[in-house]
Amino acid sequence: MSKRKAYYASKIKRAIHLLFYRRHKKPGVKGWELRKALGSDYPKVLKILDDYLKALDLQVKTVFEEEKPVEKPTLEQLDKARFYITLRGELTPKEAKMIGWRIDDLAGLAMTIAHIISKKGKAPREEVEELLRDKLPGWKVGLNIDRYVRYGYLTQDENEQLYLDWRTRAEVDQKALIDLLLKTQA
Amino acid sequence: MQPKKERIKIGREKLQRIIEVCRSVEDRSLDPFLIDVDEVIGTVREYFPEWKIPEDLCLDAETIHRLASVIKLQSEWVKHRSTSLYTDPFLLEEKLRRIETEEMVETFLKAWHPIVELEQISLHSLAEAIRYWESLLPLKERWKGFPTAEVETSLATREELIRQRILRDKAFSEELENFWQELKNQVEMKGENGKIRYWDFVGAETYEETVQRAFMTSFLVTYGYATLEIHPLEEEIFIKPYGKPTTKVGKKQLVSIPIAVSAEDWMKWKRGELE
Repeated sequence: MSKRKAYYASKIKRAIHLLFYRRHKKPGVKGWELRKALGSDYPKVLKILDDYLKALDLQVKTVFEEEKPVEKPTLEQLDKARFYITLRGELTPKEAKMIGWRIDDLAGLAMTIAHIISKKGKAPREEVEELLRDKLPGWKVGLNIDRYVRYGYLTQDENEQLYLDWRTRAEVDQKALIDLLLKTQA
Repeated sequence: MQPKKERIKIGREKLQRIIEVCRSVEDRSLDPFLIDVDEVIGTVREYFPEWKIPEDLCLDAETIHRLASVIKLQSEWVKHRSTSLYTDPFLLEEKLRRIETEEMVETFLKAWHPIVELEQISLHSLAEAIRYWESLLPLKERWKGFPTAEVETSLATREELIRQRILRDKAFSEELENFWQELKNQVEMKGENGKIRYWDFVGAETYEETVQRAFMTSFLVTYGYATLEIHPLEEEIFIKPYGKPTTKVGKKQLVSIPIAVSAEDWMKWKRGELE
């Protein structure tokens, strides 16, 4: 193995340890943490890792501080961004059940996220509850929203307004979701 | 034509209503275009000449501030509409209401890429933890280093409380009565027509004492033990004790009289220059 290859192989190992294992309360690693551990060429290490993960249907996902994705990020933006390992492809409904999601709960989450996106990222909790009550039993609606908040998909302010939180930004391709919903026959 | 008072009242009500509507648009994410900006500005402009007191001007400013927030929301709304993420909320809502649960899940799963995260102990961290445990001293040895100070509880004496400045050596009312007595004695000895010059009474050997006396004098006046007689042209202030304390509260509007007791004035008084 060439010296250069060995150098990157060891960096990739270190990056995998950092990204796969949860180190803080929230999963993921900040750019500056990666820079500290891997050196200033950490974006290149992540790029190689991402290529490697392709075969495993995984990817390195970058979530920038700014809500919108950044096309050509600066080093400063990368340092402030958070990096995760996410699934690259899709789960089947059966697989979703296997990772602990009931189909109703997942549908409720999808409805909530889509509704909040359509309302420009902010919707009153009461309105979301009413929407979910249409398909979910009333007693479950509040519990489900609390669960989505606890998991980090949503956040709620003191005026009972719901917003999308860090996990939605990391896991959900919002544009794809809306496009797909509009294409449905319903 | 409306009487001026009536017009001001209506103007205030209108501005308050505008503030309320703007606030509800902000808080409840209502459509910001529900507010007709031109009409609101027209109302603000119409009543602006009526505002004279600061409260009304503040109300006017608050209305403009709220309106500015709504205009900001309108601009965000336009920006959002022009992005690719924009979809007509009614259309999407309609879709959401009609879609079947299974179809919704299938759609969501195409856009959902959950985070992969592991929580697992490794052999290395286990070995590290064991090493740490072995080198850790028992609690009774570690806590030896921090002996806790034993504090006994007992009753505090009045003298101790005075020393710690929790209590004064005399009750305040008692102190005030004595001070009133002193004022009466001084008026008898040095005063004329039942009154004494303010500085002749409050002035003392040290500046600190003078300030303390001025402080007590202010209470003598406030609590009705004495009154101040001010001759503005001569720039003279006299203090006049009452024979009995009088209560003025409720009978007459009380006024505050600021009297500067500066170190400079005290020096002048000491040199006999403050006549």
